Amino acid sequence: MSILNIFRSSKKNTASIAKERLQIIVAHERNQRSGPDYLPILQKELIDVIAKYVKIDRDQVKVELDQQDDCSVLELNIMLPERESNTETA
Amino acid sequence: MAKIIVVTSGKGGVGKTTTSAAFATGLALRGFKTVVIDFDVGLRNLDLIMGCERRVVYDFINLINEESNLKQTLIRDKNIENLYILPASQTRDKDALTTEGVEKVLNKMKEEFDYIVCDSPAGIEKGAHMALYFADSAIVVTNPEVSSVRDSDRILGILSSKSKRAEEGEDRITEHLLITRYAPSRVDRGDMLAIKDIQDILGIPLIGVIPESQAVLKASNAGVPVIRDENSDAGIAYTDMVARFLGEDVPMRFTTAEKRGFFKRLFNKEEVPA
Repeated sequence: MSILNIFRSSKKNTASIAKERLQIIVAHERNQRSGPDYLPILQKELIDVIAKYVKIDRDQVKVELDQQDDCSVLELNIMLPERESNTETA
Repeated sequence: MAKIIVVTSGKGGVGKTTTSAAFATGLALRGFKTVVIDFDVGLRNLDLIMGCERRVVYDFINLINEESNLKQTLIRDKNIENLYILPASQTRDKDALTTEGVEKVLNKMKEEFDYIVCDSPAGIEKGAHMALYFADSAIVVTNPEVSSVRDSDRILGILSSKSKRAEEGEDRITEHLLITRYAPSRVDRGDMLAIKDIQDILGIPLIGVIPESQAVLKASNAGVPVIRDENSDAGIAYTDMVARFLGEDVPMRFTTAEKRGFFKRLFNKEEVPA
């Protein structure tokens, strides 16, 4: 019984984990759905431009449009390869 | 003029066909002339759940292609007056469903019926799209489980952007949340998403909660929609859901764990010494 109790208290119940994960992913996916039509093309072209100058892994590039109150923020997040990192500046 | 209701979910295996069969039967039992259509072309199953699989002669695609007429194609339920089944084609593929063809058939049925229930296939491809495209209302079937909730949200996005009502700028499709396979005791233990959690995430009004029930498998074994098992928890829950759909104010049942007294006593005994 004591083992069970330790297990219980140390672990969060899984339903609340499920709810948190769902809230995040659903909000993210709704945001993508409601984004402007040009966003996917903009994302692709931005990545193409960066790829022209820097060797990048396409999976390591994130382009996101976030709505914050009355303004939109275009967020560009690129992981530059380690070796070339001293020649690139963010 | 008939009202068109789509039973949809995105995810498979959550209870769309069980719900379509029970809901259509419930509407017919309330005296409304109802037809239930299987949109799952190639994987027809509504006929089995409705218990009419041996009476299928023509199907939805025959009707679209004008190889048969409504009277020949619709299967009349053996036991319930006013209830008809339109089976999906088992041999054709889903591309046989065209927007024009589906619209033509639905328009014909609209004159004759009070309610047209569309049983959507899983996924978000052609069949699912066709099932929801002409809908006036949608019943979104969701299990208290992460992938089902996520897929339901995806379907809600499609209902509000890719349906006929959305494309033509008419009033939105009326959306209803139906939670199925709900197990209150697991919710109490913190192992299952609660009704409120699912509602918070999806943000649409709740039309019913169907408990996880042995009656559902028994009903499908027998080919009799579970709503006709009048003493079963799932049967009662579907009857309530139909009443709510018709605008009646019915409280939710089977949403709290039974035998609570017993469990509570057990927990209390545990908690006192600790």
